[in-house]
Amino acid sequence: MALTIGVPREVFAGEKRVATVPEVVEKLIKLGFRVAVQSGAGDLANFSDETYRTAGAQIKATAAELWAAADIVFKVRGPSVEEVGLMHEGQNLISFIWPAQNPELLQLFAAKKVTVLAIDSLPRTLSRAQKMDALTSQAGVAGYRAVIEAANAFGRFFNGQITAAGKVPPAKVFIAGAGVAGLAAIGTAASLGAIVRANDTRAEVADQVVSLGGEFVKVDYEEEGSGGGGYAKVMSEGFQQAQREMYAKQAKEVDIIITTALIPGRPAPKLITAEMVQSMKAGSVIVDMAAEQGGNCELTEPGQAVVKHGVTIVGYTDLVSRLARQSSTLYSTNLFRLTEELCKTQSEKNDGTIDVNMEDEAIRGLTVVKEGNISWPPPAPKVVAAPAAKPAASAMPVAKKAHGHGAPSEPMAGNKLAIMFGVAAALFWLIGASAPKEFLSHFTVFVLACFVGYMVVWNVKPALHTPLMSVTNAISSIIAIGALVQISPIVGAVDRPDDLIRWVAAAGIVLTSINMFGGFAVTQRMLAMFRK
Amino acid sequence: MSASLATVSYIGATILFILSLGGLSNQETALRGNLYGMIGMAIAVLATVFGPQVSASGIPWIIVAMVIGGSIGMYAARTVQMTQMPELVALMHSMVGLAAMLVGFATFIDPEAAKGFVGAAKSIHEMEIYVGILIGAITFSGSIIAFGKLSGRIGGNPLLLPGRHWMNLAGLLVVIWFGREFMNAHTIADGMMPLIVMTVIALLFGIHMVMAIGGADMPVVVSMLNSYSGWAAAATGFMLSNDLLIVTGALVGSSGAILSYIMCNAMNRSFISVIAGGFGTASAAPKPAGGAGEPVGEVVAVNATETAELLREAKSVIIVPGYGMAVAQAQHTVYEITKHLREKGVKVRFGIHPVAGRMPGHMNVLLAEAKVPYDIVMEMDELNDDFPTTDVAIVIGANDIVNPGAQDDPASPIAGMPVLEVWKAKTSIVMKRSMASGYAGVDNPLFYKENNRMLFGDAKKMLDEVLVVLKT
Repeated sequence: MALTIGVPREVFAGEKRVATVPEVVEKLIKLGFRVAVQSGAGDLANFSDETYRTAGAQIKATAAELWAAADIVFKVRGPSVEEVGLMHEGQNLISFIWPAQNPELLQLFAAKKVTVLAIDSLPRTLSRAQKMDALTSQAGVAGYRAVIEAANAFGRFFNGQITAAGKVPPAKVFIAGAGVAGLAAIGTAASLGAIVRANDTRAEVADQVVSLGGEFVKVDYEEEGSGGGGYAKVMSEGFQQAQREMYAKQAKEVDIIITTALIPGRPAPKLITAEMVQSMKAGSVIVDMAAEQGGNCELTEPGQAVVKHGVTIVGYTDLVSRLARQSSTLYSTNLFRLTEELCKTQSEKNDGTIDVNMEDEAIRGLTVVKEGNISWPPPAPKVVAAPAAKPAASAMPVAKKAHGHGAPSEPMAGNKLAIMFGVAAALFWLIGASAPKEFLSHFTVFVLACFVGYMVVWNVKPALHTPLMSVTNAISSIIAIGALVQISPIVGAVDRPDDLIRWVAAAGIVLTSINMFGGFAVTQRMLAMFRK
Repeated sequence: MSASLATVSYIGATILFILSLGGLSNQETALRGNLYGMIGMAIAVLATVFGPQVSASGIPWIIVAMVIGGSIGMYAARTVQMTQMPELVALMHSMVGLAAMLVGFATFIDPEAAKGFVGAAKSIHEMEIYVGILIGAITFSGSIIAFGKLSGRIGGNPLLLPGRHWMNLAGLLVVIWFGREFMNAHTIADGMMPLIVMTVIALLFGIHMVMAIGGADMPVVVSMLNSYSGWAAAATGFMLSNDLLIVTGALVGSSGAILSYIMCNAMNRSFISVIAGGFGTASAAPKPAGGAGEPVGEVVAVNATETAELLREAKSVIIVPGYGMAVAQAQHTVYEITKHLREKGVKVRFGIHPVAGRMPGHMNVLLAEAKVPYDIVMEMDELNDDFPTTDVAIVIGANDIVNPGAQDDPASPIAGMPVLEVWKAKTSIVMKRSMASGYAGVDNPLFYKENNRMLFGDAKKMLDEVLVVLKT
């Protein structure tokens, strides 16, 4: 029996996102589900009821009707108490829940005997889970939007320009916290042309900052800031002191500060003090992405953009909703991937049923209430990816060593070298002792030529290996000389089978000329093709 | 022309040959290098023809023979497709081998050639003939088989006879034994029998050696045969006491040997193990017990439209071509796509593994044919660090050279082989005809990676579709 997925309209004030977009509706139907959407659910994200209907969804007029019809509900924000009231036994819910902050909500779910998957409880270090990671996808949108808000409030260009009307310096942007949102902000600001600096307590993100076009600003203090599971932890007092000094210095220099520092389950750390705001240039902008958790800046007013000491402080808590169409699309794809995972263990493919398989590490982590039993918090995840980074990095040069050609190979071990010289000396002695002078002069030429060839060919680029082979092949038809000198009868020779030799030599010349002409011609043809 | 004049001409030719190989070291000077080679060859041939050893009566023969051979060669060079280069090169090696054999036999039956030699000098001369024919014969038959394998006339799987190493050893002993017989023979007729027996054994040895080598090792074989053709020329030079032949042969021989060495390094295998053959059979590659074991996960297939979408959204793309691109003749479409993306401001580069394809530098030639500018075609080492900052890496018809198992799984048969780290890109797309494993017979964990997509189908057809979508 195919299940119905219900998508209600979000009830939280200011929430513009919708949990499923029409495009994903089609994909869900392909998986065998039926989809019901509450009328107007997508309106604020610019998805009309009509587009949902075209995609194959049923439109339900009221929330009550929808919740009654749905076996699985997809939502963005955790349900309100009224919404929980609409739930029925055996129903499944997938949405943001934040179980740590909302223990009473879990109790309500348990009483209703429903199954709830909290998308925010996904074990993020599981590489398989990345496609379902809604925190990441939404944070990315928020980071992007934060830069756009900053650009909006900032009275100048982001990129430096030299115009007929004068020279414009590029904006300097400092981003505190290089998590997903921070990285998205770095990338966006850099692509707008600003000079971007960023800092994070986790040193391992420095490379990522640089890769996006930012500059990593270090705090002058040694401490590892990874708190496990890819999140940051609270740092020591000494570190915080050094960090404050660094922030104070940055505040004086930059035009825009975007703060993204969050520590799970705690109020946001206060990174930017009132004095620092005061020290900033007039017209500067601070975007505080942690406003909802109290803000990283002392002067932030959550939900508002205010001007203090000439600095615009943007404390919007709905950055993601301000890009509702984009964030909805990404979020619904995350949910779709999760649905696929839930269908994976079903024996019958695409029959529109799910299995909340508690053996699966990803699903286990997500499930906070299973059929009325609270299953949160889950057992600790088995592996943390971050520490693996270091040994991998140190292993690299070793692997590299094995294949660096172009440079002469590594010096041989002493005894090996000694053996080689010994063998070579014995061989040369043998030749010198027995061979006639005539042979030795040829032998000298031969050995020297081998070395010349060795020296010359080492420098050849790998791209030219094929032409090199065809040219050496052409050159090896020098063997024609051997045939050439044999073809003429020798005057005064006795018992020389002139005719036989002549035919054999002629055959040799034919063969080598094929090579000679063909080899050079094909090399020429190939080389002519190489161009910049 | 006097003998001294001929000798200085030879010195000139030698210098030109060295300059020729040196010129090939980079693209700017490569054409000039080829020109040096041609001039050197012309000088060498003319100096010989007008030199003291060729009389007027031989000249018509030479002209006729060279015209015949030259026209065949020019015709082949013009008509050959770039994807067939490995075959052509292998075939040409066989001609050098055969010519070396012929010259060796002609020298042997020529009583004048041995006239001046007595004692040790005579023994050495005979040994030179014997060795020259031996190398020539191995080069000839080995190259013919390599040609057959490369052109698909002979199956690419290695032929592994039972006790093949013993057979080779026995062959070697027989060759040495008949070598002794040959040296002891007093007349030409007496010496002919051992010489022919040795030639037959050498021919069989050449066949056997190349038959036992799998398709993936072909780059090593081709460069090795290249080297042999050089040694054959050098041996002929000793036989005829001709320094030009010795020098040139040694140049070619050492250059081929270095190429073989580079190829072996690129596969992290020793030269001996390649020659011993047997790589690429299922039985020779037992599944690793324990360790990483079977790759787990699922394969995500995409279609051409989704691939085009991924490419359209990418800022930086790396294309890794393999033999599959050559087989499908997809290089022109690849270039069309590259051009299109570059016009859109996407950074497109090519990553070439040293052993991609069937001969050293095979992929570079194909891309050059398709007019891909060589400054965006990179070597593995230049590019490997850039994958983490790359949005899309497309693998076209390659398998083992992008196998992460070579780095992660010590039990893998290709463990330690340097590979292109495409899985570090944000998304990798592997174009393949099916899920079959590569020549090494090793399953590829790349296909099961989270960020990997598979585009199944013929490379040319799929890329054409991608291009159509990209252009709309």
